[in-house]
Amino acid sequence: MQTDELIAELAGNAGRQESGFVLPLWAAVVISPLLAFAVFMPLLGPRANFLTSFGALRFDMKFVTTGLLAITALGVLVALARPARPWRRLATMLVVPVAVLVAAVAVELVVVPQQLWETRALGENARNCLIAIPTMGAPVLALFLFALSRQAPTRPALSGGIAGLAAAGISAIFYAAHCPDDSPLFVAIWYPLATLVLVTVGALAGSRLLRW
Amino acid sequence: MSPASSSKFQALDDLLLRAVAGDEKAYRAFLTDAAVIVRRFAASRMPRHSAGFDVEDLVQEILLAVHAKRHTWRPGEPVAPWLFAIARYKAIDAYRRRGKRIEIDIAEMGDVFEDPAGAPTAVAHDVGRAVASLAGRQQAVVSALSVEGKSISQTARDLDMSEGAVRVAFHRGLSTIARKFGRD
Repeated sequence: MQTDELIAELAGNAGRQESGFVLPLWAAVVISPLLAFAVFMPLLGPRANFLTSFGALRFDMKFVTTGLLAITALGVLVALARPARPWRRLATMLVVPVAVLVAAVAVELVVVPQQLWETRALGENARNCLIAIPTMGAPVLALFLFALSRQAPTRPALSGGIAGLAAAGISAIFYAAHCPDDSPLFVAIWYPLATLVLVTVGALAGSRLLRW
Repeated sequence: MSPASSSKFQALDDLLLRAVAGDEKAYRAFLTDAAVIVRRFAASRMPRHSAGFDVEDLVQEILLAVHAKRHTWRPGEPVAPWLFAIARYKAIDAYRRRGKRIEIDIAEMGDVFEDPAGAPTAVAHDVGRAVASLAGRQQAVVSALSVEGKSISQTARDLDMSEGAVRVAFHRGLSTIARKFGRD
């Protein structure tokens, strides 16, 4: 086919949108916590002393770090979704949750005697954490991948990986409400490992599903 | 892109704005202009003389992608960076699908640079700027081969590197330049 013919054909379809149902990214972002919540409630639920725990610094810090991760990762995700958006600049914001977590770990190492470090770090729920965060994050990741597939990410694997990171951030907020382990030492080991699962799955899925 | 063509890109913004509102004539004009821009882009990215690469195929793939993804352009945004990002993506995709990475045939480049008749066409200032943007070994190699016009074997001796390493560094250097200066 000649390029002129192609242009004529495409021009004839100026008003038509063939890419199917385009789920706006903002809608995916709004739906994602609801989706995670829908898995969270029947599967885990908040811990018994959930409400009275607020105000305890370690407990609150879990929501600060996971919340910051979710927000920054979502920012990068939205930028990656369309061509020529400044995602690199936004990606540098990802150091914020990392820095906050590192600072929390540093404080914890100072205030907690050394012989308790291991107990705090291993906690009671390491295995649950590794299972629960990816489980709640999986439908969120699927939602993000679907929304991304209707956009035009020029970095499919990276976009998928960041989708996994954002899904992990959202999932971890809910998991934090369930898990009795509040020490930053626990959070800094097991949450990132669980996150890595979603990032890896997201990147692999992205490199296959997000090509266009 | 040269600054002189920025007004042309602004015209593109206007055309696409009318096109997404359903104006068929504006859309045809937009695609025609975009094809010209994209063809120049594709031709500059294509390794010359390599079998199986057709510039027009790539141009059409890019136009199809632009058409399918035109809802990802937001009115008010400049079209040019958006268009080039799609073009670059489809170019990389095309090379990958054909089992090749973006490559410039080094042996052929070497011939061109060793041949005094094949005088460099780029403005000296641009070449200097491109070469200066490279680091260390790559800069030394690209400078020796493409600016000073030395042969690969001579460069290898001068820099105490193997010929293979010179070829790799030269290739990487050119790719880096292509990436940096090819970007919108």
